[in-house]
Amino acid sequence: MRISSRRHLIQMEGASREEIVRLLDTAETFFEVSRRAVKKVPSLRGKTIINMFFEASTRTRTSFELAGKRLSADIVNFSGKTSSTSKGETLRDTIKTMEAMHPDVIVIRHGAAGAPQHATKHTGAAVINAGDGMHEHPTQALLDAFTIRQRKAKIEGLRVAICGDIAHSRVARSNVHLLTTMGASVAVAGPRTLLPAEIERLGVEVHDRIEPAIEGADVVMMLRIQRERLGGSLVPSDREYARKFGLNPERLARANSDALVLHPGPINRGVEIDPELADGVSSGILAQVEAGVAVRMAALWLLATASDGGPISAKDAVTA
Amino acid sequence: MSVTNWSAPCPPLIVFRDVRAIDPHRGIDASVDVVIEDGVISRIDAQAASESMLAAEGAHVVNGEGKWLVPGFVDLRAHLREPGKEYKEDIASGLRAAAAGGYAHICAMPDTDPVNDRRNVTESIVARARSVGGPTLHPIGAITLGRHGEELTEMADLRDAGVVGVSDGNRSVRSSAVMRRALEYARNFDLPVMHHAEDHTLTAGAQMHEGAMSTVLGLRGAPRVAEDIIVARDLMLTEATGARYHLAHVSTEGAVRLLRDAKARGISVTAEVTAHHLMLTHDSLADYDTAYKFVPPLREQRDVEAVRSALADGTIDAIVSDHAPQSSIEKDCEFQAASPGAIGLELVVPVLLRLVDDGSLPLARFIGALTRGPAGVIGLDTPTLETGRGAELCLIDPEMEHTIDRSTLASKCHNSPFVGKSYRGGVVMTMARGRIVYARDAGSEDA
Repeated sequence: MRISSRRHLIQMEGASREEIVRLLDTAETFFEVSRRAVKKVPSLRGKTIINMFFEASTRTRTSFELAGKRLSADIVNFSGKTSSTSKGETLRDTIKTMEAMHPDVIVIRHGAAGAPQHATKHTGAAVINAGDGMHEHPTQALLDAFTIRQRKAKIEGLRVAICGDIAHSRVARSNVHLLTTMGASVAVAGPRTLLPAEIERLGVEVHDRIEPAIEGADVVMMLRIQRERLGGSLVPSDREYARKFGLNPERLARANSDALVLHPGPINRGVEIDPELADGVSSGILAQVEAGVAVRMAALWLLATASDGGPISAKDAVTA
Repeated sequence: MSVTNWSAPCPPLIVFRDVRAIDPHRGIDASVDVVIEDGVISRIDAQAASESMLAAEGAHVVNGEGKWLVPGFVDLRAHLREPGKEYKEDIASGLRAAAAGGYAHICAMPDTDPVNDRRNVTESIVARARSVGGPTLHPIGAITLGRHGEELTEMADLRDAGVVGVSDGNRSVRSSAVMRRALEYARNFDLPVMHHAEDHTLTAGAQMHEGAMSTVLGLRGAPRVAEDIIVARDLMLTEATGARYHLAHVSTEGAVRLLRDAKARGISVTAEVTAHHLMLTHDSLADYDTAYKFVPPLREQRDVEAVRSALADGTIDAIVSDHAPQSSIEKDCEFQAASPGAIGLELVVPVLLRLVDDGSLPLARFIGALTRGPAGVIGLDTPTLETGRGAELCLIDPEMEHTIDRSTLASKCHNSPFVGKSYRGGVVMTMARGRIVYARDAGSEDA
């Protein structure tokens, strides 16, 4: 990851504890801006942000857009499907075209793993990865960490279970890197068809049932099962998946009594998570969404101001 | 550096003075003079070069000075892109790259557009290569029409037109029934089946080797077993049919084990390996650098060790360039959109001399795997240092410090992780069909 001294926010793999803490602390300063009557600070006035979404997204795009607007940046959306990319333009040329308009930050979501990294070679702007294929989704992991810290006051020493489709999840990968770096103990669990090769080498416990992963957990993170993977050769059916790998009150009872339930959304109620649990007291799902705006404000602010010789401090940035 | 003009007259008398001649095929490793008269090796002896020869008008004298004179190389796997993708490479540029790499013979893969799956395509490739000159081009025909893995090509016709083996390029024949018939029919006409081993159902969407690295990068992986399964199947079919089977670019520890067992049991199998599978692992992909995208993919250290020891002990017969030119269109893009492969003809010698230097590859095996090994696969009279033979040879300066710069490459493309790096040792001169086809040396009087 490149948060402060580095120029881009591409991945949580290789991010240092200091970088993560700095971003989370900055996000804390920005958090209350969204709760004000006038939800705007002038911190990024005159800065230009391009939201480049080559893959459908509602929540992440909205979250980045609000984050940019609340910092007074000029933020424009570029959707891959309605752009020249569908006419056969290469990503390289699209990025170079955007680059010619002098953006300060490019936020990119792309179906191809490594696309944001590729983009950094063709732009002088800071690049934020908003999700690339099955690789990483660093701001999601940061907002998850923000929510965990909010509820548990720490991350170090916690036991976190990540359950579901680990193989195809960029959220799982970013979380594994962030949480292990921050000193949490992480267990991943899912059917063997949805566990990626040699995931244990990332320093996590691996289980093919969710019960042992949830056992004694402080945080239970359920991942969305992608319906297109159901009924195929990876998982036979919705029904069997829900029955064997879904989170229900019985299974959650194995976790610590004050366990926090997280889900990156969108939720398939009744598949990976029991409908009651998604809305229950232990659920941090909407808190995650709120944290998302603060975390993205922090990321945009840190990266957009890095080239100006760095910001004074986040505290000054939020006072209009 | 210069590729010589292939239509200009060649000096009638060429003398290599006091050169280290190495030819494992003939058991030669000695300091000698080698004399070439009218394109034919006339003398190989200590002090073979007389004073009158050295003084003769028009004599081209090359001082050995610690250089190695070895038989000209044979490559079994080059993708020359003509016809169809001439913006990447064509037969002329491919042959120039081959000459600069020390090759006297190269095999052209059939994955062109149109595919070399019928006689008229073969004939046009052969005619084009003849008009270009330089190293000899041997076309490889497709196993199946369009490389679709369904209907066999007219192998007899292809052979009559000059094809020396059949291959579906980077595709495996999926159907065991079709593969069986291909082996039987190819045997009928004494053609080796040069097969890429990959169970495509296990590699759908794969971008790299499946392992810890593909997990971190979020790229779909090709498991080792996808290669091993097809190797095992093919070896069983080879045993059953008695055909000549050649395993293309072997990359896994398991495939090497199967190969070793099959050879021990006397099955008629040969195999080849690339420089990149001998030198690199999937760790190189950490930055999504498309230069490291290959089929089969770069694997792990234990696979590298397995192919190295198999090459050293002769289980693997040939080193191949797997020359695969790609332009920036195919490489400067998202990893999953990038095409695999790297250029190789001009890189094999400098890159692999390091293995000779560090003792992991005996020099005789290195030379053998570039000459007799591959020649045997396609039934070619192996280039050798023998009087009376047309000169097909390569002069290597093992001490030459040089950087492989993209501007010095004869190939139209520069896609390779080995480009831009510095090496010790390289090819300084190549002769093919009795003519000088490449001479790097600026000091000697060139033709």
